[in-house]
Amino acid sequence: MSDTTAHAAAHHGPPTTFIRKHVFSLDHKVIGKQYYMLGLAAVIIGMVLSWLMRIHLAWTNFAIPGLHLLSATGAPGNVMTPEYYLQLMTMHATFMVFFVLTVAPFAAFGNFFIPIHTGAEDMPFPHFNMMSFWTTFVAFCVMLLSFFIGDGPTLGGWTQYAPLSAVGSVAGPGQGAGVVIWATSIAIFCVGQLFGALNFIPNILDLRCKGLSMWRLPLPTWAWFITSCMGLTSFSVLLPACILLILDHVAGTSFFVASNLVMNDQVLPHSGGSTLLWQHLFWFFGHPEVYIAIVPGMGIISHVLITSARKPLLSHRVMVYSMGALAVLSYMVYGHHMFVSGMNPFSSILFSFPTLMITIPSTIIVLIALGSLYGARLRITSASLFALGFISVFITGGVSGFFLAQPSIQILLHATYFVVAHFHFTMAIAAVFGIFSGTYFWFPKMWGRMMNETLGKIHFWCTFVGVYCIFMPMHYLGMAGNVRRYSSFPADYMQPLVGVHQFITIAALFTGAVQFIFIYNFIYSRFKGEPAPDNPWEGTSLEWSTSSPPPWDNFGGRHMVVYHDPYQYGVQGSKGDYVMQDSPEKVDPAHDEP
Amino acid sequence: MATTVVPPKLNVRRSPEPVPPGNGGFRNLVPNDGKLPVVQEYAPVPSKTGIWVVLAAISMSFAAFTSALVVRQGASLDWHHLVLPPVLYFNTLVLLVSSVSLELARRRVAVFMGGERTSDLNPALWLYVTAFLGSVFVVGQYAAWLDLRSQGLYLATNPNSSFFYLLTAVHAIHVIGGLVGLVYVLGKLRKTVLRRSTLDSFSYYWHFMGILWVYLLLLLWMKL
Repeated sequence: MSDTTAHAAAHHGPPTTFIRKHVFSLDHKVIGKQYYMLGLAAVIIGMVLSWLMRIHLAWTNFAIPGLHLLSATGAPGNVMTPEYYLQLMTMHATFMVFFVLTVAPFAAFGNFFIPIHTGAEDMPFPHFNMMSFWTTFVAFCVMLLSFFIGDGPTLGGWTQYAPLSAVGSVAGPGQGAGVVIWATSIAIFCVGQLFGALNFIPNILDLRCKGLSMWRLPLPTWAWFITSCMGLTSFSVLLPACILLILDHVAGTSFFVASNLVMNDQVLPHSGGSTLLWQHLFWFFGHPEVYIAIVPGMGIISHVLITSARKPLLSHRVMVYSMGALAVLSYMVYGHHMFVSGMNPFSSILFSFPTLMITIPSTIIVLIALGSLYGARLRITSASLFALGFISVFITGGVSGFFLAQPSIQILLHATYFVVAHFHFTMAIAAVFGIFSGTYFWFPKMWGRMMNETLGKIHFWCTFVGVYCIFMPMHYLGMAGNVRRYSSFPADYMQPLVGVHQFITIAALFTGAVQFIFIYNFIYSRFKGEPAPDNPWEGTSLEWSTSSPPPWDNFGGRHMVVYHDPYQYGVQGSKGDYVMQDSPEKVDPAHDEP
Repeated sequence: MATTVVPPKLNVRRSPEPVPPGNGGFRNLVPNDGKLPVVQEYAPVPSKTGIWVVLAAISMSFAAFTSALVVRQGASLDWHHLVLPPVLYFNTLVLLVSSVSLELARRRVAVFMGGERTSDLNPALWLYVTAFLGSVFVVGQYAAWLDLRSQGLYLATNPNSSFFYLLTAVHAIHVIGGLVGLVYVLGKLRKTVLRRSTLDSFSYYWHFMGILWVYLLLLLWMKL
């Protein structure tokens, strides 16, 4: 009877060798932690790149010690050239968007917790799961390689617009081999993420334990499910786009380069391509990608807030429906990145309308999260502070999106620091706060030790103040006409704004330094933290029904049974203030998801 | 020396569909009175969902390539009509026949895995036929490329040839992936541990390759 469920997941015994335990592991928990470490490495690289950028923007001719070691041509005498600024900027965004914001909230936490939340022993295809991590790791290494090959990494932005990205090295340093390496790395990354979605979706649909209906899944798992569906359909569009870009470089095709293009006094040999085609393909992927970055964070902070507030959300279903609506609408809005691209202005209306509509589910999500706190005695922990911070910065970022959604305003604000402020608030800060919240919340479960709460709170407050200092002034800069992706601002009208840039840089360096508190806390707690109990936060979902860290088969051979939804807090007539999801204690059916 | 093959022990609960929805599935939940035996302990097989995930991803990729073709055609006036190499039609027939042979194989394998052993059953034979026809298809596609090369049409010659090579090559790569999957299926069958769901998932993939190829042929014929 029980071996049917046991065999539904690909049954593999406990690992015995070092390689199987720690390197090529089939265990989703190890794979999740490997992804987390990859995300951590990538965020450090991305952050250092941002410091280099910010220093250059504030003090353009400053000689940054040691920079010539990274690139002799890009930084002769340690002073960054304008091209090298663009190259560093491209790498900053690429590492952050792909290797941090897609990896950490989605692949890392998702891999670790989806089988546990569904009561399963492991993912359904553990070999594909292992391949998904190592494929992503290869993509990471290939991207790193671009720093050291030829004249450096590509300078076309993480968006790699054609024709700049497609014509080859005539367009500048890094536009030859650098673009091919970038596109190859991203293509490999797409494959890795598709292998991930291949595991996540069947696990959630097919491997749920006894009694666990879809509506009884915890919110992070719903978020990961929705995100997997988005990843499945968007990464499989980026992959063809990258293939076409690589072919334009190495095979002499002209998918993206129009005829008779003159660049640097050379007539390019291409014929007949469509430069706008790249933008359509890229942003069809690109907009769902930013929701892939944020939706897991929404699920994670909801989960954290419910546990910290000791009461469920105002409406579990509306939260799920809203996340689903975000996913569906995200495919209809991509043209709002292309309002000034030269496409038919009428299509701007067609994209602007759904972009304004998408603010509705986003608003519903933050209002439910906020409103659910009403009447709650919130337990203030590092995790819940970052969850509250998420709401704050997501609202701030979302509000600026309202303006950018309208073509008439975007004509003025496109490619200014206003846009930079918008996406950094919503992605760089909000999604990262989601990662931090998840880390502080789930570190005990993942590594079996408690993190230091005092350091966590210091980390939060300094980061929270710091990121507002960095990115709030950028709204003003944008409205004043400060163009983005410029390495310096020599124009007359820009001179009064250089002081603002210097303030931002100092805030950025301070906030970056504060992150070392987190890294110290992480490393110290990993080895010397207090051993964690099974359920340190008195949570109710299935991860708290097993040891910290869980055994190799997640539940020690038990076949989990779930009796109600995961957010039974403050149940009338109950002994304690929470009822675990796998506890047979009766709850009120009117306040339970069936 | 003749050896007797012992039929595998069948777990009847994992027998062919239809099966009632599982405990974690639609509405078949733990009742409030806690009487668990009412709730069935059965999980739907993940490989069935997994293969649909794979087919969705492949569909989106080819949708992207299709839109690239359409947009590129409208982008400039350098579209040169390309006559499709006649071997493509033969390849189409080969691929469709391989789907038929796969269906023949499925029934025989189901009987074999059910424990029946008769000398004219030959479950693996039709799978070998499918593998052979799949390989003929890939070789035939290569022949089509050689045909174009003999006309002086290479990957970068004009946009039509670019898309021809691109679409047929990407499809052929996926067919080769299918052949690798078929080798896996054959390996499992040799050890008599082939699950029905594995074979079913593989056959969905293989039939999808056929359907996809018919779509691509129509696209190439209409657009190029």
